[in-house]
Amino acid sequence: MNAIDVHGLVKRFGDKTVVDHVTMSVAEGEIVGFLGPNGSGKTTTIRIMCGLLTPDEGEGTVLGFDIRKDSLRIKREVGYMTQKFSFYEDLTIGENLQFVARLYRLKPVEEYVARTLEELGLTSRRDQLAGTLSGGWKQRLALAACIMHKPKLLLLDEPTAGVDPKARREFWDEIHRLASGGLTVLVSTHYMDEAERCHRISYISYGKMLATGTVAEVVKNAGLTTFVVQGPRLAKVAEELEGRAGVDQVAPFGATLHVVGSDRKKLEAALADVEKTHEGVTVTPGETSLEDVFIQFMSGSKDNMA
Amino acid sequence: MNSVFSFARLGALLIKEFIQMRRDRITFAMMLGVPLLQLVLFGFAINNDPKGLPTALVAMSNDQYTRAMVSALQVTGYYRFDYVAASAEEAEFLMARGDVSFVVTIPADFAKRVERGDNPQILIEADATDPSAASGAISTLSTVASQALLRAQGMQAAAAENARQQLQVVVHQRYNPEGISQYNIVPGLLGVILQMTMVMMTAMALTRETERGTMENLLAMPSSPAEIMLGKVLPFLVVGAVQVAVVLVAAKLLFDIPFVGSLTLLLSSVLVFVLSLVLLGYTISTMARSQMQAMQLTFFFFLPSLLLSGFMFPYRGMPGWAQVLGEIFPLTHFLRITRSVMLKGADFHAVATEIGWLVVFVLVFAGTALLRFRRTLD
Repeated sequence: MNAIDVHGLVKRFGDKTVVDHVTMSVAEGEIVGFLGPNGSGKTTTIRIMCGLLTPDEGEGTVLGFDIRKDSLRIKREVGYMTQKFSFYEDLTIGENLQFVARLYRLKPVEEYVARTLEELGLTSRRDQLAGTLSGGWKQRLALAACIMHKPKLLLLDEPTAGVDPKARREFWDEIHRLASGGLTVLVSTHYMDEAERCHRISYISYGKMLATGTVAEVVKNAGLTTFVVQGPRLAKVAEELEGRAGVDQVAPFGATLHVVGSDRKKLEAALADVEKTHEGVTVTPGETSLEDVFIQFMSGSKDNMA
Repeated sequence: MNSVFSFARLGALLIKEFIQMRRDRITFAMMLGVPLLQLVLFGFAINNDPKGLPTALVAMSNDQYTRAMVSALQVTGYYRFDYVAASAEEAEFLMARGDVSFVVTIPADFAKRVERGDNPQILIEADATDPSAASGAISTLSTVASQALLRAQGMQAAAAENARQQLQVVVHQRYNPEGISQYNIVPGLLGVILQMTMVMMTAMALTRETERGTMENLLAMPSSPAEIMLGKVLPFLVVGAVQVAVVLVAAKLLFDIPFVGSLTLLLSSVLVFVLSLVLLGYTISTMARSQMQAMQLTFFFFLPSLLLSGFMFPYRGMPGWAQVLGEIFPLTHFLRITRSVMLKGADFHAVATEIGWLVVFVLVFAGTALLRFRRTLD
């Protein structure tokens, strides 16, 4: 049985379709990255899955429970970490955890709280107000509170936004540890390095699911060709290449230029004269990165923010 | 340009303010609505010299003098004879319930005494829990009564002076013989203070969660709408209890307000009243999108309830439509209960209708809040 199995989800706000026939399945124990630009419907899709929003169309199950009828059951079995810190800043760390433990009717409350605090390494700061914690610690507290009731599915909405690299690394180590214990994780993110730490990724743009699979599959299926241009005065080269037929993206990467196109032949033709006209410049075939694929997706779909 | 004051910058600020003002619909509505509301209420509804006050007549006989007296009182416009009570006890009950403001008793030997010129008397009992409401009616009494009597006797004005000496209008100011206005205000303040704090605090209940972003988390965790509602409103029952204790003790110590009724009855009514208030506040918080809006909606409710409940101005002085409007405020009913219980010593039977009203408010507000509560973020 899949942890998440939803078909044809549609959610409209006014005349704007925020989620447009999204179908998704996530197997048990899998870590799935949910990617897409801002306003693409990631948060809305996650909210539908945890029963916070009712879809206008479509149906499905989360942990075997109907997302329309059994939202209370889903809430008990799912841990949902919101994008913004949404615990009580005017309660202490300990009081927040007690509140959550009591809402999930975890008994004995104190034992759960004490264990969670210890795992977090926050035992000594239990009486500190949650609002005074730094961003990284708030995120750790939120995660700890979300998994205290031992959910079977964890829905994380941009959990690492604004968190430093070390804390992000630790966060992901924790996620993998939890997944190896059988927990299913759906995590939305903007970071490519995080996407690459997922078993599978799903890319959503303007409400539509554009790609899904492992990172390698997504990159391969995108069918992009990438050339790396190296040499002096690349800005000039970039300017020239921009707008040539077959060239979809020109992006500087450190001292190199990534030139990406969806049609290999056209791209090769476009690059044919570069080495000749620019002294010391070399063009070599390169590897298409996940980021190249996403930029391609983004420029290919219409803007939904208007 | 580094000037200390720039009209261009001021202009930028002004434009921004006006744009924001226009976007905030509720504030905009309040800016137009509140003055209009005040104007209408103050202008049309409030009357410090109420007329047509309900009166019970206890008449032992039905002779011409009695009839003349009744019609004369009616002609003043102050008295409206709604009830003809069979006995003094019945009239007493009507007054305790607050159904009548006056009881006019014309003794059986009234006609006989008039004819004999033997100091005829009529008794007018006024409900003085609100001393200002009855004052106009009382002040016109003796002149009106004497003249009526003269006309009935067919006497000339020349003889009037003599006769006036004879007719005695005995006025009893019931419940508050000295006409102390604190007796009316302080029990009313109990209701007003409770209303102010209870409604305002609970009106913030959900909007605060929404504004701080904690609502999403709360909804994502397993908690039912009823649990959230009760969890939000019950703590304020405790706050309310403290307030009640403070007001009642202060009423006794500072103002020496008499308390003749049953404390248990008063406290049980307070409980129902506070429950209706916190649920009303909670209902507001299911409608408001921000704490600011919740505050504005509270005031929007607050103002008419103060003016129309009979707290500041006599309820009976208002025109019919305003009285009907006044009935939709829990405060109106609670004021009747506190004043009746504290000053008149009314028993449960006498205030049962008003308590019934409060129970209806509790049920309506709780129902509305539960229906309006958004279990999801839709």
